[in-house]
Amino acid sequence: MVPLSFYLALGGILFACGVLGFLIKRNIITIFMSIELMLNGVNLSFVAFAAQWHALSGQVFVFFVMVVAAAEAAVGLAIIIAVYRTRETLNVDQVNLLKL
Amino acid sequence: MTPNLHLWMIPVLPLVGAAINGLLGKRFSRQAVAGVALAFCGAAFAMALWVAIQFSGLQVPHVETLAQWIRAGEFRVDFAFYLDQLSLIMLLVVTGVGFLIHVYSVGYMWEEGGFYRFFAYLNLFMFFMLTLILASNYLLMFIGWEGVGLASYLLIGFFFIRDSAAAAGKKAFIVNRIGDFGFLIALFLMIQHFGSLNFDRVFASVTPLSVETAGAGLLTAIGLLLMVGAAGKSAQIPLYVWLPDAMEGPTPVSALIHAATMVTAGVYMVSRSHVIFERAPMAMTVVAIIGTLTALFAATIGVCQTDIKKVLAYSTVSQLGYMFMACGVGAFSAGIFHLMTHAFFKGLLFLAAGSVIHAVGGEQDMRKMGGLRTKIPWTFWTMTAATFAIAGFPPFAGFFSKDEILWRAYHASWAYWLIGVFTAFLTSFYMFRQWFMTFFGEYRGEAEHGHDEPSRAGAPAPHGHAAHGGIHESPKIMLVPLVILAILSVCGGWVGSKRFEKFLSPVFHPAQFTTISGPTEPISAASEASEEGTSEALFTGISVCAALLGFGLSWWLYYANPQRPAKIAHALGGFYETVVNKYYVDELYATLFVKPLIAGSTKILWHGVDQGVIDATLDNSAEGAREVSDTVRHMQSGNLRSYAGWIAAGAAVIIFYMVWIGTR
Repeated sequence: MVPLSFYLALGGILFACGVLGFLIKRNIITIFMSIELMLNGVNLSFVAFAAQWHALSGQVFVFFVMVVAAAEAAVGLAIIIAVYRTRETLNVDQVNLLKL
Repeated sequence: MTPNLHLWMIPVLPLVGAAINGLLGKRFSRQAVAGVALAFCGAAFAMALWVAIQFSGLQVPHVETLAQWIRAGEFRVDFAFYLDQLSLIMLLVVTGVGFLIHVYSVGYMWEEGGFYRFFAYLNLFMFFMLTLILASNYLLMFIGWEGVGLASYLLIGFFFIRDSAAAAGKKAFIVNRIGDFGFLIALFLMIQHFGSLNFDRVFASVTPLSVETAGAGLLTAIGLLLMVGAAGKSAQIPLYVWLPDAMEGPTPVSALIHAATMVTAGVYMVSRSHVIFERAPMAMTVVAIIGTLTALFAATIGVCQTDIKKVLAYSTVSQLGYMFMACGVGAFSAGIFHLMTHAFFKGLLFLAAGSVIHAVGGEQDMRKMGGLRTKIPWTFWTMTAATFAIAGFPPFAGFFSKDEILWRAYHASWAYWLIGVFTAFLTSFYMFRQWFMTFFGEYRGEAEHGHDEPSRAGAPAPHGHAAHGGIHESPKIMLVPLVILAILSVCGGWVGSKRFEKFLSPVFHPAQFTTISGPTEPISAASEASEEGTSEALFTGISVCAALLGFGLSWWLYYANPQRPAKIAHALGGFYETVVNKYYVDELYATLFVKPLIAGSTKILWHGVDQGVIDATLDNSAEGAREVSDTVRHMQSGNLRSYAGWIAAGAAVIIFYMVWIGTR
């Protein structure tokens, strides 16, 4: 049996990749994918803990996270399209009107 | 079982009128406003009459408790009303004279703006005044006391667009507050020592106490503090300064509040507290001295005034001084008797003066009047009755009451009597001076169509109606109250001071108090009576002579030789200047109290505390918040990735912190 720490390490690596991509990348779609990566890193640790402790709640959380992620993807992609239509760019550094 | 008279309705009726006119009156026609005001005030008067009819069958004092108000341990105060001979007389005077003045005001104020406001205030005043009179404890009395002050303030400043009127209102209010402060401390002393403010319980606690002849004690302190309150409300030295300025109000207000009713509240309160004063001879002496000095002082100022209302104002102060003189020598019933007759003739004098002012189109300077006798005969004859009454000519009302006061004052000290008689001479002199200057000689005013000139203080604004030709008699609605009051001024004294005193004796000389009676008690021994009779007649003769002398002197100066007063004034020089300027008392107060107070308030309270501490705290904290925000706002760059960076950094810090907590 694979020890718990391996799953957690993989989850941590996935999450770190997500954070890194979020911070570095300028393309909004890449950023969006980085968010999904972070979510899946978290999901992996959830199911790993659930298997370890034989508790179902972790699995249930993952379902919720997936549902929310799907909804977020729908809304997020719609926003991206809307942004592209008005600004004709997907570079987030140029989408910066919301400031003082 | 005594019947329930529903005494509470007497004050509440005018309050309802005030509420209706005050809240809805703006939409009413003038007729409706006047109707409401007169109906509710008249209802109070009718009710007072009904109570008076029932009175003989009552067991006095008749107390009716309406509701519980304050209950704190042993201490309790109720909304309760107290009816005895004293409050009955006050009740009839206030509602009766008040109603007549309401009627008069309808005519006088008809052309003025704020008609509904005026009557709302007037009814409000009646409510508070009746509360003051009918209260069965000092606290409820104090409510009325403060309330009439409020109504007085509102009505003095009725023409609030004029700065002088607004200032006079404030002055009246502030000076009254000084007096109220003394009154309030007296109440606290009563609560502390007697545990109650109910008249019955306080007087029952006071009665067993001995007379404080040797040294001043608690009762003297209470008495003096009550006198401070009375001096404020009733315009006695040193707090009289507000009353002459109060003439800025419309003339009916001067008649109602500043002559007939409110200013006598102090006399009523002192008389009501006679149990306390009788046991504090020092306080009594102070009351008598203040009254006597005020009477003389105000009368001398009155001699030199040229404004028709100011003369009457100083005359009011002077007559109130007589009342306090009476109270101070223990002749409370004489004081109340004078209060009643004074309400008739001084109310009438003011109303008649208002009628004169109305006739000459707002002019108040007597030097610009004259010869009005034939032009406004009704006003002339009614004012004549009042003038003779106040001057003390028999058989007019003022003669009986003033004579009684002087006679009783003589028993206390000849000094009171001497000053009193001299003041009576001055009173007669300045009243007839006014009478001659206004009604006799040649008309000295502008051309008779001088209605376009801006009206002076307290007078009706220039009349709007175009067809307003010259000097004219007032409308009937103003003349009827004048005539009724004139009849009262003539006949009001015929009841006789002895009968009046007998009626009031259950209040002032109840059986259990006779043991402490001094020389101020009514003379009972039959053998003394005849001897007293002759000397009383002598004194009466002297005071009538004083009145005649005053009449003769003013006739000589202001009718026969109208040029002479100016020469005399010129000869007197500095002294005349001093008196014309009211002995510079206002200036003295301004220097001693007002200016230091304003300077202190400006420098310390305004610049120091308000601007330096309160404003500065607020300004500096606001400035600090602004500075911090100015620095921090750069975090909000609008750059999405910088936000993400902050979130990641924050999350990292939290994770490290939690790991650190966990591994410690």
